[in-house]
Order: sequence, then C-alpha cells, then structure tokens
Amino acid sequence: MAHEATMHPSEHGHDQEHGHESPVVFGFWIYLMTDCVLFGSLFAVFAVLRDQFAGGPTGKELFDLTNVGIETAILLFSSITYGFGMLAAQKHNSGGLTAWLGVTFLLGLCFVGLEINEFTHMVSEGNGPDRSAFLSAFFTLVATHGLHVTFGLIWMAVLMVQNFGKQRFTERMMNKLTCLSLFWHFLDIVWICVFTFVYLMSVV
Amino acid sequence: MLGKLTWSAIPIDVPILVGTFVGVAIAGIAVLGLVTYYGKWGYLWREWLTSVDHKRLGAMYIILAVVMLFRGFADAIMMRTQLALAYAGNPGYLPPHHYDQIFSAHGTIMIFFMAMAFMTGLLNIAVPLQIGARDVAFPFLNSLSFWMTAISAILINVSLFVGEFSQCGWLAYPPLSESQFSPGVGVDYYIWAVQLSGVGTLLTGVNFFTTIVKMRAPGMTWMRLPVFTWTAFVTTILIMVSFPILTVTLGMLGLDRYFGMHFFTNDGGGNQMLYLSMIWAWGHPEVYILVIPAFGVFSEVVSTFSGKPLFGYKTMVYATCSIGVLSFVVWVHHFFTMGAGANVNTFFGIATMIIAVPTGVKIFNWLFTMYKGRVQMHASMWWTLGFMITFSIGGMTGVMMAMPAADWLVHNSLFLIAHFHNVIIGGVYFGYIAGLNYWFPKVFGFKLNEKWGIRSFWCWFVGFYLAFIPLYVLGFMGMSRRMNHYDNPDWYPWMLVAEAGAILIMVGIACMLVQIYVSIRDRALPENVDLTGDPWNGRTLEWSISSPPPAYNFAVVPTVYGLDAFHHDKELGRQGTHKEFEPIHMPKNTAAGVFVGAFSFLLGFGAIWYIWWLAAISMLGIIVTVIMRSANTDIDYYVPVSEIEHNEAEQSRRLVAQAAE
Amino acid sequence: MITKLKPALRGLVPLGTVLLLSGCSGLDLLDPRGPVGLEERNVLLLEFAIMMCIVVPTIVLTIYYAWKYRASNTSAEYLPNWSHSNKIEVAIWGIPTLIIFVLGIISYDTTHRLDPYRPLSPAVAGTKPALNVEVVALDWKWMFIYPDQGIATINQLAIPTNTQISFRITSDTVMNSFFIPRLGSMIYAMAGMQTQLHLLASQSGDYLGESSQFSGRGFSDMKFRTLAMDDSEFNAWVDKVRASSDTLDSNDYSKYAAPSEAAPVQYFSHVQPGLFEGIIAKYNNGMVIDKSTGKVMHMQSAMSDMQMKE
Repeated sequence: MAHEATMHPSEHGHDQEHGHESPVVFGFWIYLMTDCVLFGSLFAVFAVLRDQFAGGPTGKELFDLTNVGIETAILLFSSITYGFGMLAAQKHNSGGLTAWLGVTFLLGLCFVGLEINEFTHMVSEGNGPDRSAFLSAFFTLVATHGLHVTFGLIWMAVLMVQNFGKQRFTERMMNKLTCLSLFWHFLDIVWICVFTFVYLMSVV
Repeated sequence: MLGKLTWSAIPIDVPILVGTFVGVAIAGIAVLGLVTYYGKWGYLWREWLTSVDHKRLGAMYIILAVVMLFRGFADAIMMRTQLALAYAGNPGYLPPHHYDQIFSAHGTIMIFFMAMAFMTGLLNIAVPLQIGARDVAFPFLNSLSFWMTAISAILINVSLFVGEFSQCGWLAYPPLSESQFSPGVGVDYYIWAVQLSGVGTLLTGVNFFTTIVKMRAPGMTWMRLPVFTWTAFVTTILIMVSFPILTVTLGMLGLDRYFGMHFFTNDGGGNQMLYLSMIWAWGHPEVYILVIPAFGVFSEVVSTFSGKPLFGYKTMVYATCSIGVLSFVVWVHHFFTMGAGANVNTFFGIATMIIAVPTGVKIFNWLFTMYKGRVQMHASMWWTLGFMITFSIGGMTGVMMAMPAADWLVHNSLFLIAHFHNVIIGGVYFGYIAGLNYWFPKVFGFKLNEKWGIRSFWCWFVGFYLAFIPLYVLGFMGMSRRMNHYDNPDWYPWMLVAEAGAILIMVGIACMLVQIYVSIRDRALPENVDLTGDPWNGRTLEWSISSPPPAYNFAVVPTVYGLDAFHHDKELGRQGTHKEFEPIHMPKNTAAGVFVGAFSFLLGFGAIWYIWWLAAISMLGIIVTVIMRSANTDIDYYVPVSEIEHNEAEQSRRLVAQAAE
Repeated sequence: MITKLKPALRGLVPLGTVLLLSGCSGLDLLDPRGPVGLEERNVLLLEFAIMMCIVVPTIVLTIYYAWKYRASNTSAEYLPNWSHSNKIEVAIWGIPTLIIFVLGIISYDTTHRLDPYRPLSPAVAGTKPALNVEVVALDWKWMFIYPDQGIATINQLAIPTNTQISFRITSDTVMNSFFIPRLGSMIYAMAGMQTQLHLLASQSGDYLGESSQFSGRGFSDMKFRTLAMDDSEFNAWVDKVRASSDTLDSNDYSKYAAPSEAAPVQYFSHVQPGLFEGIIAKYNNGMVIDKSTGKVMHMQSAMSDMQMKE
C-alpha cells in the first residue's frame, strides 16, 4: 500500500511544542473512511442494479452459501489472529508476531483462493461479469474487496520481512502494524456487509 | 507487442497537431537545453523534482497549472474561432472528430489539471504556514500526489500526438462513451488520466485534512484558524467524500469498456442514469472543492488590503461549512431534464437555491470588510473586486437555472456554458490569481509586478464579459452547447463578439506572462524584494517568517493567542523576542514519488493501448518502489541549531535594515 | 482611481442589452409560441427580476465601498478592529433567505404545474383530444411516429396548432435531449426508456427542433423542423405523408435507423403498430414498462422477431 508511514517532526519528542500523537494512524484511519465511501458507492450501484438480470441467472441461482459461509468464517477468524499478532507486537514478541501474522496470511490466502475459485466457476458457466448488469455489479463489488485483501496480504508479507530488519519494533514499525490492523479489520466489516447485502439478501 | 498502437495512431495528417507538436518539441528542447547548458540538472533533481517541501511542491503545482491553462485556453480559442467561422455552410477548420476532442479536452484539462492543480498548489503554499506547521503530515505522500497529478497531465497531453482524446465531453456520459459508440482510445485516455490524478487528489485530501487536524500550532483552536485554512479544511473533506465516488464511477465505465460489463450500457440491464447520478454526486461537490479555497483567498486578501479583520469570521466559517454540506444534496440539478418526478426536481431545485444563501452571506462579508477600512488597490484586490461583481451575476444565473421550470428551457444551452464559466472564471480563476499575486513573494522572496497584474486583470475582466455575455444571449436563442457548425444568421454576430472576448482574454494571459517575466527581471529592485517577509502588513502566521521561508518554516513553533495571530503579535510587540533553538527534525527528499509517478504513467499508457506487458511491469514497478520506500530508514535528518541561528540572524539583520530605511 | 472603476460598469452593459433585445429577432426562448414556453419564460424573467433586487445593490455597493474606503481617502472613517455587527448579520442572512423562500415557493408551484409528464390543463389546452407523437432519437436524426395516424417521418414534425401534443420519447442510440426552443421544455431521450413531454403550439410557424444533448459526430446537424399548422393544413400534411411510397416496419427499420448525418426529411405512409414499444423493448429483454401506468407490457412475437433480426 502507498500509505506507509512517513515520519514527521511532530512524532518525535524533540519538538516540545508538538505534543500530538502520531498523525500516521489518524491519517490512515481517515484514508479508510474514504475507502468506506468507495465501498459505499459500490454497494449503492449493486442496490440499483441487483434486479437487472438481463435474462441471465439471479443471485439465488448462482450463490453457494456454504462456500460464502466458509469464506466469512475464515476472514473473521483472520481478524482475531491478527489481533493476537498485535498483542504479541506490543510485547515486542517477535516470534509471536511472525507466527500470528503467518496464520493470518494463510487465512487471507485461503479466502482469496476460495473467492477466485467461486469466480472462475461462475465465469466458466458463462455467468461472468459481462452477462448482466447484476453480475457486473456483483463481480466488481466482491472483486474490489478481494483486491483489497490481496494488497493487505502483500503488505503483511512485507511487514513480516521488515520486522526482521532494522525497523524491528520501532515506532514506525508499530505504526505500520497498527495501520494494517485497521485495514484488516475494516475489510472484515466490509465483508460482513457484502455477505449480508449481496449474498444473503439475494438468496432470501 | 504494442497492443493497439500502430503508426496510424500518430496524426501526421492533421497539420494543426503536427504544428503543435513541432512547437512543443522546440519549446521542450529549448528548456532541456537551457537546463543542461547551465548545468542545473542536479540542482533541479535534488532541490525540486525530489523535494518533499510543501512550498516547492506548491510552486510546482502552480507551474503545472499555468502550463495547463495555456493548453486549455488554446482549446478554448480554437473552439471560439471554429464557431466564428463555421456559419452558413462554411464547415470551419475543425471537423467534428477534432472539434469534439477539443471541447472534451478543454473541460477535462481546465478542471482536473488547471484548477485542481492550482488549488492544490495554493493549499500547499499557504496551509502549513498559516497553521504554524513545519510541513504537512505526510511529506512523501505530498510529493507522490504531485507526481500523480503531473504524470496524468502529461498522459492527457500525449493523447494529442499519439492516438486521440475522448470525444464525449468532459464528463464522458455513457452510452456515448461506451466502446459500442466510442471504440477508439480517446475515452481510455480520459479515464486513465482522470483516475491517476484522482489518486493524487485523494491523497492530498487525506494529507491536508490530517495536517490541519493534527499539526496546528499550540493555541490555534478551530475558531482561530485563518479563513483560508478553514476553506482548505472543508475542501479536503469534500475531496475525501466525493473523489472515491468519481473513482468508482470512472472505474465502472472502464470495466464496461475493457471487460464488456454492463454498468452503463444500453443493453444487458445497464443504467445510464446511474452514471449521471454518480458522476454528479462527485461533480457538484467538485465545483465547491474548487471555489471554496478561492473564497478563502478572497477573505485573506480583502482583510489584508482593507487593514481590518474579516467581517463576520464566524459567519464565514458557518457559511463555508454549510456550503460544504449542501453541495452533496444538489446533484440532480444537473439533469432536471431526465424525467425525474416533480417532487424530486423540486427538492433538488430548492436545495440548490438554498446554497445561494451562505454564498450571498460571504459576498456581504467581504463587502463589509471593506466598509470603514483602508482599501489598498493591490492587484489581488482588483481580482477580488472583479470577482465580487462577476460572481454575483454568475450566482444569479445559477439560481435562475436552479428553478427546474426555467432549467427545462436553458439546460444544455450556451446559457449553461455562460453560467458555469461565469462562476468558474469569475470565482475560481480570479481567486487563484488573486492568491498567486498575494502569496508569490512568500514563496520566492520578491513581489509580482503590479502594473502588469492589473493589466492582466482588466483584459480578463472585460474579456470575460465580451466572451460570455454573448453566450447567455445565444442560450436565449436556443443554441445548444457543443455544436460544431450552424446556419442561424441571428447567432453569428454574437459568436464574433465572443471570439473578440476570447482574444482579449488571450491578451490577459499574455499580460500575466509579461508580469512574471518583468517580476523575475526586476526581482532585485528594492521596491520588489521582500526583505521583511511581510510585504502587505499581513495578519496571519505565514507573514511572520522570512520570504522565502527556510525549509523548516518556523525556527520556533509559534504560540497562538487569537484570530489573526500575527497581527496581534505585531500590535503587542510580541515578535523578535529571543528564543532558544533546538535541532529540527525534517523529512529528507525522496525520488520515490517521481518513480511511482513514472511507473503510473507507463501503466496508464500501457492500459490505454492494450500493451499489457508494459502495464504489468509498471504495476510491479509501483509496488516494488513503495516497498523499497517502506524499507528505507534513511528518510529524515536534523537541522542543526547553528544553521537555524544563522538563518534567524540573517532575518533579524534584514528586518533591522528594513526598519532603518 | 475612478477612471479605473468605469470599465467595471462597462461590463454590465452587455447584460443590459440582453433585456433590451428581448423584443428583437432570434431570442427564441424569450419569444415563445406556446403556453409551456411562455410560462417558463415568465418564470425565468421573474427570477431574473427578483435576483436583480439583490445583485444590483451588491455590485453597486462593492464598487462604492472600494471607492469610498480607498486608502488614499483619509477623510473616510477607519475602524481597524471593527468586524462584527448583529444587525448586519441578521440582514445578510435574512434577506437572501427571504428571497430564496419566495423563489422556493415559485419553484414548487411551477415544477409541479409544468412537469413535462403532466398533460396540460384543459384551461390551457382546451378540450381537443391530444395528438400522440412517438419520438425516437437516432444517430443523428429524429424519427417521429404518429401512432394514431399510422404514419411516420424523419426530421420533420408537423403538429396542429392549439392541440396538445403528447410526446413519448426514447432513443435507439446514445442519450439525446429533445428540444423545440419556441415551445418550451426539453427532455432526455434514453434507450430502453420512455420519457414524456406535453407541449402546445399556439401559433402556426416553422420552428427549430434540435438535440441539446451532445450525441457524437453528427450532433450539430441533428435538427428537425417543427411545422405548426392549423387543423386542415395538418390533415393535408398527413395525406401527403400517406402518399409516400416508403413504409416503415420492423424489417426495414434498421436500414433507416443506421447512422447518417444531416439526414433529409423522409415520409413513411405506413408504420407497423408497436414499433416504438419494440424499440424500447429490445433493450429490456422484450419488456417495456409504460411509465404512465407502470404496467409491464410484453411485446408480441412480431416484435421479438424484429429483435432477432437486429
């Protein structure tokens, strides 16, 4: 992600006049809010186009809730494991951090794998995103989330490697871990909305 | 290997483009040659291109904006000339294929690469200085934002010479912009240029929002924030809420085009009305993103040059915030003619009119700031007065169009064109140029020549009315926008008047160039050089430090005791007291922004021409650059006390010298 | 100083000419030929007049204050710290609010009364039955279908005067906007959808009709003539169209709908019933929603036959 921490004078104690906490985490949180608007727009598009099947299949015919349920469980669980990773990081427990981030990474990878599997299955049956406006909206919304998860995975891998280097448990490193933590939990929340509004409500 | 790119994409059969290319090439070679001749490459690279200093980034933004102004204006005067010729059977000199690209490029460039770049430049220059900060919250992201904007501007201009630009207007309404009706690369250029610059804008929004929230000097409470910073703050919020919508909207248009999806197509269940709603849900806040900082500039200028505090500061803040909120509930007024129900149209019509209230309040605030003041007619004050007159008229025609029943007559006509140029030129452009005249000495240490500034103003001011009042009239004559030729004899004389106005505006732009040239030439003259850092008897913190300021801005972070902090400091004699200095922690310059920008350019170019290997390599390049930046620990340094002491002693010496005169 | 302010006033002169010229030739919107356009023009001018009440004083005060409180005029009062007055605040919030309140009421009233979907009231349109016209925007021409007469034209719209015309409008290409400046309201034409418009010409004449929404290469010539004529002339015109040798059915529709620029006027003596609905339906899997009734209509097999061919 392009939002890695850049340092600013005020995050150091040398400037007595600046008593603020780091702007990095705050700034990243603000960025997430803009991401929230982005997903909000995609949800709005999905809401508008959800009945535009153009003679193609409906969500009820396409979605396999078991598969989606497993995806949901995996992603939720990965949020918990990331939380354990953060606890380890706060104790400067390098082994714990690496292990928990590793577990989180694998879970995220499984999630992305399942999603790609679902997509290829749908596309192979001729129900790709070019089939109808409904499917365009569906694929775009879900894939945008999936791309976010993928970038989160790349970021996670980078941080895991970096934590063995010069930046180990520096303030900058902790900020990065916190930002990724926010990002990861945020994607969880978005996924819950996807699960509810896209999958459940199409099937019910 | 090269995707859709073949030799036929180079328009060697269009003499205008070949001529332009030769001109641009000669100018480009001349600039590069001069830099090489004077051996300035290293300096340029180290001190400017890789700079993370907000003042330098601000200057580069404004240079970019001015260059894009030339491009956008060249488009404008070509359109006016076409319509002054293409009458009664004369096809003019621009066939539709070329003309349609020109009006699309004119709007896109003026909004995204002239106005947005100029606005961001002013934010960069003024906001950190006004709040007593040493830089923005994320200096590297600031550099990255600039480069994303700059490479998008280059990308859109590459479309002149390689391929074509969009022929669908500046908002690329589908289904016209879908591949079914626009199979060429024009719309793809549009999408990629706007999307990549949108990344920069969004990061700017996050960056400056964080800066204003987190990095104000001690004592600078919200109600002590200078008005320009307030407007910048509201603008960053609007950016953060609206630009993701733009990203999604153009993203979906791109998916329709690249992957045959059906968001906005005629068939497959697509919905073109959705695009209109979404693009304007961004587009309307966008005009406020542009104009609100201009309001901030006017507030600073009027107050400074009237020698008074701004009248009704709180009112101004509330008005700005309410405009920001209201800007999100008016977007339907851009398509009252789409057949929405009467209740929907009424709601959005009245919401639009309500915006006129806080906007009117602002005009009155500026008016009463001059009241019982000592108004010095500095060039930026001329622009401000010109704005107050012009914007009042533009606001009036805006309210006229906010009434659906009236809009059904004048929508999509030249009346509409006249209206938004009335507010964009009269509001946004006048404001930015006022800001340029106002803050120029702060950045460069010498003033802009006033005589030429005022000449430029008069040409623009009179030229504006000459160019656009005829368009109001033509709107009443039922002339639609975007026409390439016509045969109505009643329209013709008005088109000639408009052409004369455009030529006068061209003279105005020329005056601005002369102004810059003369100012640089005479920069060392005693009346031009800004020794004190406070050339206008300013009221806010940016005037409390030297011009140009040191990289760290403030040797000691100021403490703020009230609104118009520097003015009070001067009145109470609080400046110049001896201070203990400490080493200042500053970010190092970095080339990462340049590299991400360059890779993004190649990514966009590759994707436009379906050169997928190039796009893939560029994407990888972006990721690797970001990771390398993330791994880099050599990103900051400390300014030693000796250097700060030296700078401060210099400034004190200058102040004493100035006082002795 | 004062000499420099004069050009500022000069800028206002062209604005004045707009008003002065309202009786002159060419200002179609200000000289409408039907009740819809007339009322909309009146709204426009009323708004203009109301807004002038606030705009003119603002401009005058701007110039006057800048002049009176110029730095060189040391005799003018100078209050370097004055920046607040409750009285002025009340006025500058109150007066605009009041004006917008008045305009808001006008807006509510006219938006509902002049809603293009709403048939004109009998008081305006009389009791004569409305003439139905179906409009199809094509690349780059207009097709007019008269379903009751069973005829159609390209780029020529004849209408009887003092008769309400009920337009149903769609597009078989990109978005366009259907507009006859002399008669009033414009409305978009969009594929797969139907918009509605009600107009009336109170005087005979030959009026410009155009697309006001840019639609591509041939947009500038996407014009038609609107011939408003009395009933007997209109009937004669219908007969003239019926005498044409060309007919329009789903087989040769695509031939006429193919993109062409500056297309000449064409008459069709016979139109296949349901053609208009079919054009809408082909973008909706053979379904067409009648917006006035909200009913979903299934197109007949003849129409689906047409889609197959396209």
